[in-house]
Amino acid sequence: MRLPPSATTAGEWINRDQPLRFRFEGRDYAGCSGDTIASALAANGVKVLGRSFKYHRPRGLMSVANHDVNAVMQWGGTPNVRADAMPLVAGMDLTAVNTFGGGVDQDNARILGWLSRILPVGFYYKAFHTKSLFPLWEKVFRMATGLGKVDFSTPRLRTPKRYGFCDVLVVGAGLSGLSAALAAAEQGAAVVIVDENARLGGSTHGVSAGASELVALVAAHPKIRISADTYAAGYYTDHWVPLVERDRMTKMRAQAVVVATGGYEQPAVFRNNDLPGIMLASGAQRLIRRWSVRPAQRIVLLAANADAYLAAEDFLAAGIEIAAVIDLREDVPETQKSALAGRHIPVHAGDCILEAIPSANGKGVVGVRTQSGTIACDGVFVSVGWAPTAPLLYQAGTKMRYDDAVHQFVPEQLPAGVFACGRVNGIHTARALDGARAGSAAAAHCGFGVDQAITVPPETAHPTHPWPIVAHPQGKNFLDFDEDLQLADLENAIQEGFDNIELMKRYSTVGMGPSQGKHSNMNALRVLARCTASTPGEVGTTTARPFFHPVPMSHLAGRGFSPERRTPLHARHVAAGAVWMSAGVWQRPEYYAIAGQSRAQCIEGEVLAVRYGIGLIDVGTLGKLEIRGPQAAEFLERVYISKYAGLKVGMTRYAVMCDESGVVIDDGVVARLAADHFYFTTTTSSAALIYRELSRWNTIWKLDCGIVNLTGAMAAMNLAGPQAKAILVSLTDVDLSLPYLAVREGKVCGVPARLMRVGFVGEWGVEIHVPAEHGAAVWDALMAAGKSHGIRPFGVEAQRLLRLEKGHIIIGQDTDGLTTPGEAALDWAVKLDKHFFVGQRSLQAIARKPRHQQLVGFMLAAGYAGEAPKECHLVIEGGEIAGRVTSIAWSPALSRHIGLAYVRSDMTSVDRPFEIRLSNGSLVAARVAKTPFYDPENLRQKESS
Amino acid sequence: MPWRLLRFALSSKHPEPRMFTRHDTLKPTYDVVIIGAGGHGLAAAYYLARDHGITNICVLEKGYLGGGNTGRNTTIIRSNYLTPEGVKFYDESVRLWQDLSQDFDLNLFYSNRGHFTLAHTDAAMRTSRWRAEVNKHYGIESEVVGPEFVKKTAPMIDLACGGAPILGGLYHAPGAVARHDTVAWGYGRGADLRGVEIHQRTEVTGIDVVGGKVVGVQTSKGRIATTKVLCAVAGSTPRILKMIDVRSPLYIHPLQAMVSEPIKPWLDTILVSGSLHIYISQSSRGELVMGASLDPYEVQSTRSTLDFPEGLAAHMLDMFPFLSNVKVMRQWAGMADMTPDFAPIMGKTPVEGFYLDAGWGTWGFKATPVCGKTMSWTVANDRNHELITGFTLDRFRDYALTGEKGAASVGH
Repeated sequence: MRLPPSATTAGEWINRDQPLRFRFEGRDYAGCSGDTIASALAANGVKVLGRSFKYHRPRGLMSVANHDVNAVMQWGGTPNVRADAMPLVAGMDLTAVNTFGGGVDQDNARILGWLSRILPVGFYYKAFHTKSLFPLWEKVFRMATGLGKVDFSTPRLRTPKRYGFCDVLVVGAGLSGLSAALAAAEQGAAVVIVDENARLGGSTHGVSAGASELVALVAAHPKIRISADTYAAGYYTDHWVPLVERDRMTKMRAQAVVVATGGYEQPAVFRNNDLPGIMLASGAQRLIRRWSVRPAQRIVLLAANADAYLAAEDFLAAGIEIAAVIDLREDVPETQKSALAGRHIPVHAGDCILEAIPSANGKGVVGVRTQSGTIACDGVFVSVGWAPTAPLLYQAGTKMRYDDAVHQFVPEQLPAGVFACGRVNGIHTARALDGARAGSAAAAHCGFGVDQAITVPPETAHPTHPWPIVAHPQGKNFLDFDEDLQLADLENAIQEGFDNIELMKRYSTVGMGPSQGKHSNMNALRVLARCTASTPGEVGTTTARPFFHPVPMSHLAGRGFSPERRTPLHARHVAAGAVWMSAGVWQRPEYYAIAGQSRAQCIEGEVLAVRYGIGLIDVGTLGKLEIRGPQAAEFLERVYISKYAGLKVGMTRYAVMCDESGVVIDDGVVARLAADHFYFTTTTSSAALIYRELSRWNTIWKLDCGIVNLTGAMAAMNLAGPQAKAILVSLTDVDLSLPYLAVREGKVCGVPARLMRVGFVGEWGVEIHVPAEHGAAVWDALMAAGKSHGIRPFGVEAQRLLRLEKGHIIIGQDTDGLTTPGEAALDWAVKLDKHFFVGQRSLQAIARKPRHQQLVGFMLAAGYAGEAPKECHLVIEGGEIAGRVTSIAWSPALSRHIGLAYVRSDMTSVDRPFEIRLSNGSLVAARVAKTPFYDPENLRQKESS
Repeated sequence: MPWRLLRFALSSKHPEPRMFTRHDTLKPTYDVVIIGAGGHGLAAAYYLARDHGITNICVLEKGYLGGGNTGRNTTIIRSNYLTPEGVKFYDESVRLWQDLSQDFDLNLFYSNRGHFTLAHTDAAMRTSRWRAEVNKHYGIESEVVGPEFVKKTAPMIDLACGGAPILGGLYHAPGAVARHDTVAWGYGRGADLRGVEIHQRTEVTGIDVVGGKVVGVQTSKGRIATTKVLCAVAGSTPRILKMIDVRSPLYIHPLQAMVSEPIKPWLDTILVSGSLHIYISQSSRGELVMGASLDPYEVQSTRSTLDFPEGLAAHMLDMFPFLSNVKVMRQWAGMADMTPDFAPIMGKTPVEGFYLDAGWGTWGFKATPVCGKTMSWTVANDRNHELITGFTLDRFRDYALTGEKGAASVGH
């Protein structure tokens, strides 16, 4: 019920003047702006918010601190919305998740609760594995599992990300965090303070006198930036912390991090401790203080610390009747009890709740049974202890120890630049002072001011009970509410040999649910410690991995930039009707579509243009590197398998690169522009990788040379065909009688250009490299000049065929991850007699061994009209695999299918017949053929007159 | 409901014995010492005891049972490899997997889902065909399929994939997943029942070698005399090899993974995309289990990085835009012991009596049963099992590599 405005509600977070309508499970409700889903439902008296995962028991709120996994909801297409943390939005239509018929009120799967005796821990490992039946059982399991549903029509959300920087990042804006922020800022540090709640103040809710002053000081401080409704999702190396807001993620790089994340209040374990109406005292306080909701009329307060009695004041102020306080401690300090003075509230010291008594329909609590009797109530609030909110500390590599005085883990050794304060540091009383200490130290760590070295008195309160657990022969005393684990489940897991913390977690699944053990890990390790006669400190904790709270995929993915590179000629290809294919990060024209022509016709037209007229291809995607320096030649000698020291100025040479194991990884052309100046190319897909690798070698070898990556700075195109020279001659000042494989620097269309005489496609050709900004102009000029000769731009497919007719290999297609130069018929390029090159030692060893396979050319029978083999179809000899096809195509020039294939070394002689197996199993006859298939003497490309 | 669960209702006490006997002290001598109580080590112990009658074995584990890569992988089982050696080896493994739940009388949730390696480039399509043809040659179900088949099996997929359209891929019908931890427990319990001692939290500190032969093992609980040591410690292999002064070409890279919050199952198949560097399946808990390629640097640590979930989520949304609101719950990392040719290192070593099972990189889980089988045979007979002759350490010296790079699940 919503409390009427009063002194108690003075600090409420809701705006009563802005009502919001919403639906839950088909019923209409009204909440207020500022409500969470859970607070609005609680204000409407709705107690059952969901069903438990395994037994489908009705469940309500427990923590109201973003780990109430039993109150996750489906909101349209969004699954697993946490009702206790999600702000209410007008018009929300919500349902409980994972119910089976009748909604959250009915849920027919509740029958599983009655079967719980035969569903002990790990029951699914112990049955259902009859081979023929498992697939059926699996369907049942998959139907039963999971929480919310995805909606396939949800669009991709593009959530922005940004980078943030600060001196001191304070996580948590409770008493300790606020004090830390203030102390650090006072010393001059730029501070960012974040808190997952909508307002600052932490467990004080900003209402106690000291707290509201602190909040005001922090809010007004010029050195402090505040980010509320923001959680730190994890801690990564070097103070790298993702801060998740509702609609954005900030990746914060801090110089120091103060972890002031407080504690999770921990549930007590007794029979039926999961009934709606039973919740943590801090959760009830949040409902009262923040959202002015009275969660119950008459409660039993289960206590074991001073916090319980402080909370009782809030409960009384909200008009809640406290039927009794059941205190687990034998001796309750009189000072704590004084809060209840004059109220005639019985305090049962040394007692415990044996069980909660469910209402007739099981959806609420009507009383509790204690050692001394039965007490009627409609709510039980529990305040028996805390566990440190330490995931960030663990992720930072903090060494934690179990402190027997406060019965919790506390930091023993913090990494440099990481600080902890408040409850997470085991300080529950002097939290503000502890915060100031940490803030001062953090600022000093970043070089701001002097560490005040504040001394914080050791904690004297005993906020946490070491054993808030009551066994019950009939069970249903829940320890993990995500996974519906009862005390006996853990004891049984331990009995079965899963008696260390990691094994127990994995077998029982304790802590593996969406709340990741926030309310269950501490009690679980207490059970383990007791069962194995050890201490919690000896048992230790499991590894706390990111994320602190689950993070939406859209926040992680961000806007989703997929880098795509385009050459300077891109617009020209678009205009010419290019059909695109991706080549690494590049887009390249596969071919140029012509209306009324098929793909094959277009490609053949391009091929014929090169063979008999002129073709022009954009080769700007090739890696283009330049190396200069007295030892540039020496460097190239070391990274390529051929020799370059003797390469004449003005000439080019084919270049193959191997890795250290002698495997071919790249090829290109090296052009010598001067004695100490080379320009060279790499394959398109490996350009970035090769540049990185060469830079690495250059760093290691420390040769006197430097490498520059000009890939993006240069446009490049290959003009080829028997009539190519005729049109180029009028556009350049370079003497085109230059020999095959020569390189010249000059001008093309008035722009500085490098011209390389090449023969990759088997006709007279020249690669023209010009600065990127002039690429389009040169392309246009060439196309215009060639118009009367029928010039055609050609794409990757035509080039693949043209080079195949010449028997040239493509690295990555005609080689694989283990191909040596010898196998790829590149023996001629390997100069083993060089002083050194990468892969040389391996190639020397390989040269002494028999070669198993060899790349050869092959042809299908002339006139073969059946289904043609495809690349990677296997060569079969005697029923065994004897190789594979790497390239195959129909050659218009030869009027038959030609290709390259790996075959066994004994099968390489020209005209040797062999068989290729198609996907359907049939065999196609082929014969080894000499390469080049076309113009075997290479006369056409060498022609220079 | 299976009747066998009724015994839990009929008994007032939990009627289950310990799966693993607790041993506080080591014996002075064992016939075989196995280092590493992960899936591989325990499987070898199990088959040594069951098939070779050698039961005087101890398995030493620095941490806890199954706590290494056995409990950190993304649980995919397949045999669609690229080399004849690999295909035969993993095919045998899949065969063993299919009966393992019955062998153990423990439900491993071995679930045959079908496995797609999606291709977004013609180069990837070529590799798919290569793998399919080699697989079919050895009788393994793999086929090159087109985009329409992918769409039919997983209708919710966005074939456009954020600009890298799916052209088709390799479909491997036997592809499966299993509950990873259970595998270690099953082998551990089976070995324990046959007398094998499993010592958790027991670290190996040295290996005694005299005259090129193993004679003993130093541990944090004292020295053991033995003549046979099997090392199955994944990312810790270089440290152990240092103790016997044997070199290997292993390098350790972190491999990370993450899971979503549980959601109602919608994805029944296993999807891998080499171009997007991702793989995904949905577990029987409803969690999406997602992985990507190796971290590009050598680190001997299981720390997590932020750019991993960032990159993986971006690619995941390319394929499944509707996961935008699904939340990632947890990320973690394992240490992958990589070899230059992406095939493992198995069998005898230059030190007599020291057997190695390493180099499992990113593909060790699926090989667990066959590793146990072949390594136990190798240890028992002091001779390399025929299925592992392509995987010996000396292939690096001899330049006889077994190239499985093309069959790695994603481009590593």
